[in-house]
Amino acid sequence: MSKAAVARLSAILGSRVLGTSEGSHKDDEIRVAPADLRAAAEALRDDAELACDHFLDLTAVDYPEREPELPRFDVVFRVRSTTKRHRVSVRAAVEDGAEVPSLVGVWAGANWAEREAFDMFGVRFADHPDLRRILMYEEFVGHPLRKDYPIDRAQPLVPYREEAGITKLAPFGIEEGQPFARVRWDDRLAGGDNQVDPSLAKQQGQRRVLSDSEIAVGQKLNLDVKVAAAAKAAAETALRAATEAAAKAAAEAAAPTPKAGE
Amino acid sequence: MEAADDILEADDEALELPSDPMRLNMGPSHPAMHGTVRMVLDLEGETVLNVDIQPGFLHRGFEKSCERGTWAQVFPYTDRLNYASPMLNNIGFSHAVEKLAGIVVPERGQYFRVVLGELARVSDHLTCCAATAMELGAMTPFLWLMKVREWIYDILEIETGARVTHSFGRIGGFAHEPTENLGPAILDLVPQVHKVLAECERLLLHNRIFMDRMQGTGVIPRAHAVAMGCTGPVLRSTGVDYDVRKDNPYFVYDRFDFEVPVGEDGDNWDRFMVRLEETKQSCRILEQAVSKMPKSGPVSVDDPRVMLPAKSEVYSTIEGTIAHFKLVMEGFKPPKGEVYGYTEATNGELGYHIVSDGTGTPYRVRVRPPCWYNLQSARVALVGGMIADIIPTFGSINMIGGECDR
Repeated sequence: MSKAAVARLSAILGSRVLGTSEGSHKDDEIRVAPADLRAAAEALRDDAELACDHFLDLTAVDYPEREPELPRFDVVFRVRSTTKRHRVSVRAAVEDGAEVPSLVGVWAGANWAEREAFDMFGVRFADHPDLRRILMYEEFVGHPLRKDYPIDRAQPLVPYREEAGITKLAPFGIEEGQPFARVRWDDRLAGGDNQVDPSLAKQQGQRRVLSDSEIAVGQKLNLDVKVAAAAKAAAETALRAATEAAAKAAAEAAAPTPKAGE
Repeated sequence: MEAADDILEADDEALELPSDPMRLNMGPSHPAMHGTVRMVLDLEGETVLNVDIQPGFLHRGFEKSCERGTWAQVFPYTDRLNYASPMLNNIGFSHAVEKLAGIVVPERGQYFRVVLGELARVSDHLTCCAATAMELGAMTPFLWLMKVREWIYDILEIETGARVTHSFGRIGGFAHEPTENLGPAILDLVPQVHKVLAECERLLLHNRIFMDRMQGTGVIPRAHAVAMGCTGPVLRSTGVDYDVRKDNPYFVYDRFDFEVPVGEDGDNWDRFMVRLEETKQSCRILEQAVSKMPKSGPVSVDDPRVMLPAKSEVYSTIEGTIAHFKLVMEGFKPPKGEVYGYTEATNGELGYHIVSDGTGTPYRVRVRPPCWYNLQSARVALVGGMIADIIPTFGSINMIGGECDR
């Protein structure tokens, strides 16, 4: 089953395929250059015979000893098809410091996997929407799963932040979401990149939290909430006006009677 | 009167309270968070505008630690991945290494793996369902289901010697043979499980509060779940019938008659119901496995390069002593190569991507934790919902810190 899928992918990519190797347990593999990873991913997802819609995993393996004949890292990703039920994995050898095209635009699930590969190995993914560390903390020095990172290395203590008049201030920045900090929301909704007041952001270095599409979602929701609130307020005003008018009319209708009595 | 009228007629904008979105930290150790995870929420009133889920607080360097011991020394670490069903992690790792080395476990050992694995699956699903119900205020089903989990732990303790962290798996089989009591104990357990499940269903499934909190909340659309890499009950609740036990059968799973329950909407209710139904299917597998399991024969491969010799041999023969010494000091040496072995754990596809350089130490052990991708997809379920929906959604996603953060 997967052999047919690998053959099909090889036919689509043509000379860009560097090799195929038969994995065990029905899990076949294809090797491409790092620059072709995105093309391979799009072919896997969009071709009707391949139809690999189910993202499974993306990881890296470090082989420092095979340098300089071969690049240092192997980046591997695995996908399967929910309709055809085959599985394919794609592998690319990546130089240290080189950029790999991100797959987040093809399968959204690659987001955290790529963040982890970046965190653990220092493999950088171009056009990733949010390439932050994910398992380690922001101040961690180095990439722990590289073979040249010793397992017993001690990390430097994260210093307190400096601010006049305050002796101890947590090491993490305001933009990390501390409740005492307020986001400059108007600025962000207007498309600005400032998560917090620029002068505060400068202390720790600006860090993106929201992507543009995420802002759009929030903005729309925000708008919906406001529109609903306005509609509700308008309805209440109308109801109040109608009630008042009815009361006034009733009072006017009731008023002449005593006059007539006088 | 005139002053009051002025207020009523004042500009609505002037009366409105400031409505900037509020940023709120939930976690790292909020009581409703299963494990330690942090959510940075942007709220408009009680509506979640955006959420940044931050895992990693339980990161202990599992993958790095594996690269310095022998292959056999990985087993205690795997116990601490998904600590709600450690046996399935043991089995998953054995399965991957055996695939790399081309080892075939004897039939009785494979049945024994199925039995212990399904017991772990039942206990994990029950724990998850119990915790979800408890967080919505239903304390009684929680206690009843925990009672069943203890029965299962009793069986596992008799078989393996430990309630939770068994470290019972071995490359090529198991540490010990099953006891004689295993079959009767399971045949005794299964009707009890069904009875308690029926009781809990009567309490929960027609309960207005429980239904309102679960139905239609935390929806993960099908296409999104697939692209996000969800597996297990989270994926199946959206209607995709992917189960490794059916799609790529391993061990002897192709010999059992069982169904793969699927949901429809991908909401909390469907995830809860899929887990309940899977518990019943696991009970079916347990009954069949116990009756089909060979009564005698080895559970582990008979190969001194793979399995430790019996203690009686170690203490009385020179061959046994040397085999023991070599295996403990140098370890089992799988051939050079790279393999991805995957099994169905409780939360989905548990994959071990292992690389061997031919020595007794793993070159790389990568775990594909099902929770990792399930948790990643939770963002879509939470954005646009209410803050109170986070609790049932997070419960039914069943994020396990040890597995997610490794």
